[in-house]
Amino acid sequence: MRKRILLTGNEAIARAAIDAGCGCYAGYPITPQNELIAYMAQHLPQSGGVFIQAESELAAINMVFGAAAAGARAMTSTSSPGMSLKQEGISYIAGAELPAVIVNIMRGGPGLGNIWPAQSDYFQATRGGGHGDYHSLVLAPASVQEAYDLTRLAFDLADQYRNQVIILGDGMLGQMMEPLAVNSRWSIVNGQRKELSTIDHRPSTKNWALTGCVGRKPRVVKSFFMHEGELEKHNLGLQKKYARICGKQQMLEDVYGDKAKVFVVAYGIMARIAKAAIGNLRSRGQKVGLLRPISLWPFPGDIIRRIAAGNPGVAFGVVEMSYGQMVQDVQLALGGKSPVTFLGRSGGGIPSQAEIERFIGKLLNGEWLNYD
Amino acid sequence: MTKIYTHPRSLRPVTTHYCPGCGHGIAHRLIAEAIDELKVRERIIAIAPVGCAVIAYDYWDFDCCEAAHGRALAVATAIKRVRPQAIVFTYQGDGDLAAIGTNETIHAANRGEKVSVFFINNAVYGMTGGQLAPTTLLGQKTVTTPQGREIKSHGYPLRISEMLALLPAVYSIERVSLHEPAQILKAKQAIRQALVNQIEDRGFSLVEILSPCPTYWAMKPQEAMNWIRDVVVKEFPLGKIK
Repeated sequence: MRKRILLTGNEAIARAAIDAGCGCYAGYPITPQNELIAYMAQHLPQSGGVFIQAESELAAINMVFGAAAAGARAMTSTSSPGMSLKQEGISYIAGAELPAVIVNIMRGGPGLGNIWPAQSDYFQATRGGGHGDYHSLVLAPASVQEAYDLTRLAFDLADQYRNQVIILGDGMLGQMMEPLAVNSRWSIVNGQRKELSTIDHRPSTKNWALTGCVGRKPRVVKSFFMHEGELEKHNLGLQKKYARICGKQQMLEDVYGDKAKVFVVAYGIMARIAKAAIGNLRSRGQKVGLLRPISLWPFPGDIIRRIAAGNPGVAFGVVEMSYGQMVQDVQLALGGKSPVTFLGRSGGGIPSQAEIERFIGKLLNGEWLNYD
Repeated sequence: MTKIYTHPRSLRPVTTHYCPGCGHGIAHRLIAEAIDELKVRERIIAIAPVGCAVIAYDYWDFDCCEAAHGRALAVATAIKRVRPQAIVFTYQGDGDLAAIGTNETIHAANRGEKVSVFFINNAVYGMTGGQLAPTTLLGQKTVTTPQGREIKSHGYPLRISEMLALLPAVYSIERVSLHEPAQILKAKQAIRQALVNQIEDRGFSLVEILSPCPTYWAMKPQEAMNWIRDVVVKEFPLGKIK
């Protein structure tokens, strides 16, 4: 039995980063992720990493750019309004193909919004968010343990693909405490053990990192390609990488793994609440399943499509702490072949267990509206 | 026969894209010469700006990193902290360092980051076609101040070097100019000293370099040099500020 400790989701992410060998963290205070920056301030320097409280979110993400360019594993964390400010830097990181981990513990928006949990930055995270054609890998933990495991995995994926990886949580996950097993050499993803740290991430192994040009030709880290045809060639290379990621990194938990008449699709904390509602209905013999996307980009559309094909006549109900964002990816995956209905609240409202049960009840009675 | 003047090792033997009479070529060379003399080429990680010198990494022959407009000192901060043995410098224009990047500049200076900053002040935005810069002189015509810079609408030229000199963590600040050979030699000394300060782990050093932009000053190269000598230095006095 592995030793367990009690941490908040925010602290678990910070702990995972340190265990993953994070060499530089830069952040700026914003609620509800403040436990993360505080944990890093206290523990990262003891592990030999560099902690910087930046003067702004812009500076923080560009410090991550610099640290990553110099070959260190680098991370920043924030919450929704801060994530908007980081978009310029994320676009540059994507263009320069730097490995980085970026945490967004979402809160209500738009604008200053409020500090309650929300999932309304899904589009921003999965569609790029900044300027240019690019994608971030996006992982959505649903427990404190998974916040730890997916952050460990995020550092490996970042190095493997030379790409930024976003950990997309929400204020509830960030603030809540659960027991956590640390120092694991693997992540549990979808019930499968995924070995970690198989990647040698020392700067000397990165043949593009800026280390000073001792005994080699100088290197340049950049996202600027002015010569005719140069940028298009670079962008086509990015697209090939994204296609590779889409083929290999779709992650989804089919929670019950059996046939169903209705599947609820929910991610993160929303999936935890939906699970309670579905558990109730299943105990009364209702055929309801739960699909929980773990990777939001790449969206596990291929897996959802296969599940739909194996369950003729099935209906899908998407539940989000937003007014309908991931539901569009579910629709795209299903291509109009199965009905898709939506339940969502945001701005401080969270669909309750009772609301979800009523929602599923309607779906089971065939009372669904196509969401569009 | 002994060679007493040659192409610096740290500067690639290529043609630059700079306009005739531009100061960037001189500044690039001075930095390259200083690096060669101090024998630190293989320790350098330079941060190139957004602006006319965006492709400085095509001219220098050492490791270089790009930064988003204004963010060079945030990038430099992390590189230097992650690699304390590296010699890290930023090369930034007036718009980059004193307008869009003012926050990064002030806070890197205030933290006393042990990096060197080469700040090219030519009182105008060059790359985008000659707009108002924070350092544009009163009365100076640019494409966005067609009647000349006026206090009422645009405020005063920003003396950011003097502002930074107030910060206790700043080790050294000097303003130099490229308008005549004697001044160029002084500029070289200041650049060299800013690098030495870093090699000796002393702290944040900034060299502000007044540099001609004949194209967007609408002057011939010699007129531009004279304008620095006769006009610009009155707003931006030369010498050691801290």
